[in-house]
Amino acid sequence: MRNAVLIAACFALVAAPAFADNAIPVVLKDHKFAPATIHVKANVSNVIALANNDDTAEEFDSTALKVEKVVAGHSSGNVRLRPLAPGRYPFEGEYHSATAQGVVIAE
Amino acid sequence: MLASLIIVFREVIEAGLIVGIVLAATQGVLGRSLWVAIGVGAGVLGACIVALFAEQISAQFEGSGQELFNATILLLAVGMLTWHNVWMAGHGRQMAREMRSLGAEVTAGQRTLTALAVVVGVAVLREGSEVVLFLYGIAAQGGLTAASVLAGGALGLAAGAAVSAAMYYGLLTIPAHWLFSVTGWLITLLAAGMASQAVLFLQNGGYLQFLMTPVWDTSWLLPEGGEGVLGIVGRMLHTLIGYSDQPDGLQLTAYLGTIVAINVLMRVVNRGKRVPAAVPSPAE
Repeated sequence: MRNAVLIAACFALVAAPAFADNAIPVVLKDHKFAPATIHVKANVSNVIALANNDDTAEEFDSTALKVEKVVAGHSSGNVRLRPLAPGRYPFEGEYHSATAQGVVIAE
Repeated sequence: MLASLIIVFREVIEAGLIVGIVLAATQGVLGRSLWVAIGVGAGVLGACIVALFAEQISAQFEGSGQELFNATILLLAVGMLTWHNVWMAGHGRQMAREMRSLGAEVTAGQRTLTALAVVVGVAVLREGSEVVLFLYGIAAQGGLTAASVLAGGALGLAAGAAVSAAMYYGLLTIPAHWLFSVTGWLITLLAAGMASQAVLFLQNGGYLQFLMTPVWDTSWLLPEGGEGVLGIVGRMLHTLIGYSDQPDGLQLTAYLGTIVAINVLMRVVNRGKRVPAAVPSPAE
């Protein structure tokens, strides 16, 4: 019985994704992020709505933000940011890191 | 060319280290090459399919499809690794004995080959789909750059395979009676790291939004990624033992919980089954 309650509790936790109300729009074009500097509120969850307007896929990659997310060409995807302490968090498009660079500033 | 070399190298060692551990853990088991080859082949095929449907996978579950997909296949691998270790806890001694007495291939251990083939498949699929997406994008652009990038990719593949092979042969220098305990621990830590990674994907997908504060930050000492040598070492440790430079509370809980769970299961499931080393066991 106790196990059943535990399992139910686990499902309840898993079944309730948290969504932020307003996503921050970011566009990827010619393997460059616009805006490349993204300001977010510190200590709360944020969502970046990344629109990839290139023909090729890109991986939004950041060790600092603990995010790896592939966004296919001419497609868009949500990159969820965990609550961040104030600071600078660099990110890149892993497949075109020469140009696809950006930074999230939490303040 | 250098950029593509680094990207492909990085993904290949991540999958290659896992294949190396699996190969070492199944040292001497009859038919293991075939199963590992099936795992790699299925992984490559799966990687192409995942790359092809990247957009569709992402769109599932209100945009969290990619995160859920990654978490699911990681947890599948955790389950398979657990099964292998639990099974080995009951039969590892017998395998080591057979290996010593026969000095050749043993039939014990074949039971979990399918599980380990799944683990290999999952590893190749995950890292491979990134390589496919990257190289496909470059190849689609065509021209001289594409040729140089593909050459870089080939070099990266060779370098990654060489590092993985070096680790495999390194493991083989361990004496046979120690080998299975060492690979057992490597597999436990591999599973723990994958469980922690699965938690991260679930959190990035909007689930399990608690215990999200980093417990420590060692990115100044050993970064988990990046282009430098330290970054590559950090990334290899991330793959091998689940090293994270800023793990959050829930990731750490999943990591430690997996280690405890595997060890408890190894003990409980095989309680009373173990044959004392001194007493000759009846033929099984």
